[in-house]
Amino acid sequence: MCESEEGGGCGGGGRPARAPRGGRPLKCMKCKEGPPVLIIRVGDAFCKACFKDYFVHKFRALLGKNRCIFPGEKVLLAFSGGPASSAMVRQVQEGLSREAAKKLRFKPGILFVDEGGVCGQGLEKRGEVRSQLERILRATGFPYHLVNLEEVFGLPGSILRAVSHSATDHSQSYKEAVDGFIQQQELLQCERTGGPGESLPGRLAELSIQDPSEKETAEVPGPLSISHTAELTRLFGAVKTLTAREELLQTLRNHLILHVARTSGYTKVMMGDSCTRVAVKLLTNLCLGRGAFLAGDTGFSDGRHGDVLVLRPMREYSAKEIAFYNRLFGVPAIFTPALATKAPDRASIHRLIESFLCKLQSDFPSTVSTVYRTGEKLGAAPGDDDSDGATEPERCLLCLCTLDTNVVDGSSLQSTLLSEELCQKPPLSAGSSCCEDAPTQTGCCKAPPVAGAIPPQVWLLPLLCYSCRLTIKDMSCLEPLPPYIHSEAERRRRSRAAMKQEIQEFLLEDDEAPPAS
Amino acid sequence: MAAPLSIQLEFGGGAELLFDGIRKHQVTLPSQPEPWDIRSLLAWIKENLLKERPELFVQGDTVRPGILVLINEADWELMGELDYQLQDQDNVVFISTLHGG
Repeated sequence: MCESEEGGGCGGGGRPARAPRGGRPLKCMKCKEGPPVLIIRVGDAFCKACFKDYFVHKFRALLGKNRCIFPGEKVLLAFSGGPASSAMVRQVQEGLSREAAKKLRFKPGILFVDEGGVCGQGLEKRGEVRSQLERILRATGFPYHLVNLEEVFGLPGSILRAVSHSATDHSQSYKEAVDGFIQQQELLQCERTGGPGESLPGRLAELSIQDPSEKETAEVPGPLSISHTAELTRLFGAVKTLTAREELLQTLRNHLILHVARTSGYTKVMMGDSCTRVAVKLLTNLCLGRGAFLAGDTGFSDGRHGDVLVLRPMREYSAKEIAFYNRLFGVPAIFTPALATKAPDRASIHRLIESFLCKLQSDFPSTVSTVYRTGEKLGAAPGDDDSDGATEPERCLLCLCTLDTNVVDGSSLQSTLLSEELCQKPPLSAGSSCCEDAPTQTGCCKAPPVAGAIPPQVWLLPLLCYSCRLTIKDMSCLEPLPPYIHSEAERRRRSRAAMKQEIQEFLLEDDEAPPAS
Repeated sequence: MAAPLSIQLEFGGGAELLFDGIRKHQVTLPSQPEPWDIRSLLAWIKENLLKERPELFVQGDTVRPGILVLINEADWELMGELDYQLQDQDNVVFISTLHGG
């Protein structure tokens, strides 16, 4: 409790960590000269210049350490206008403008997803935000894509399929790729002829499933369809809780980002999750039943899509560092309200965890980094990687993670499902006649629901991981879900039925209802 | 007896939403018996400037956890936090780092 008061004992009550921390530092701890402007970690004061060096170095160090972005590769920066992703864009700019030896060598593009449609912004306000954004994006000089969240209604079902990738075998070939790239650059410089260094990026672009329509210039979004906005409103209106709404929004946004990455030939996506956000996400996802996917959801790299790798290069910066960086070095950011804006602390699990961590952090300044570092120890589940392509693991329809529902007997999932089932049983007085009373009720007793009256939930749920099931269960009706989700669900159901038919004759007759799937 | 102070307040990162969306406020603090410090400034803001949901900005006698405070472009942790005594023409910035402001 009294970590900051060494040898002093706990003293009489009050808030222990708030006690004056042994005098304020007067000089920067790094250069021992400049006047300090902020404290990062406990007691480490930095001056402005040293803070900048520290911040810039961290970004490059993290990318350098992980060696996963190949030279010339196209990288999509997911930009929300918020502080972390704005700082991320600035870091990429910074890296690309360095002198040759230290230069970052990938080709960035920026993607902004306009979520104004679900966050209660009128068209006028959205137009305003958009013009502000375009000014910022144009100033970066990178190609950019502006996409409305409404476009999820036009996505193809294929977005929900992971694409296996064999061409990009990392680590071993990284150094060769870098050397090759440098040689190529030198060659180009000598020759000064046409044919830009096409080989690697070209090859990588081929990996995308749809023909990469190489729009290098700004992509102007189609006129916003009012009917889609209405559909979107209906979709989010059907979701009963803010928690589920947050999850759904995140899912749809990820699909959209993936779609843009695939159609435009990006093979990496950078997300701006800060250390603070990662810590919040870790605990939130645990509470949401996403424990099995923590590594993918919060780790530095997430390869669940196969062809497009998601990176989180901002995950070592705390929200405080980012806010100070943006403030001190004039990084433009736009504030756009989110779903939970102005909502009270207990409005959603996300909100609750965030305020819990922030409160704890203000009394115990190592809270966030401790949670974050604990999460760092998580690796992807071994089953994730060593599927040799023979049996592609089944993936959740929504979050695209390997399903966590094919579990062994006695797992906590089973007991959860069992107790859920028991809870849904009507009071004992109804006795055994419950099925006759409510034949269409889902999960009623053990009898499978009667065909014909199957609500969409029944055949959608088995395709989902435990956590996404919870989200879907919080929806009052499923019809408003975008068509690509329905069509892909239908496809999977058919292919499963077909497969079952094929092996039918080999099945033993006495099998009861198929397990979970 | 402290003389009236003229200071500039700034709100960012979504905190401005609680102040009618206005980011910069030039305010004059009236004279009061004790010198003005951040603690009394927060109480004053709560009374005079906050438009809605005060609990999203102040909690207890301090700012809501997750909101950063900069005094003259420096971390308030370097300046004594709530006990910092305001000077004339000081610049105090509040930045929310919370998701969605």
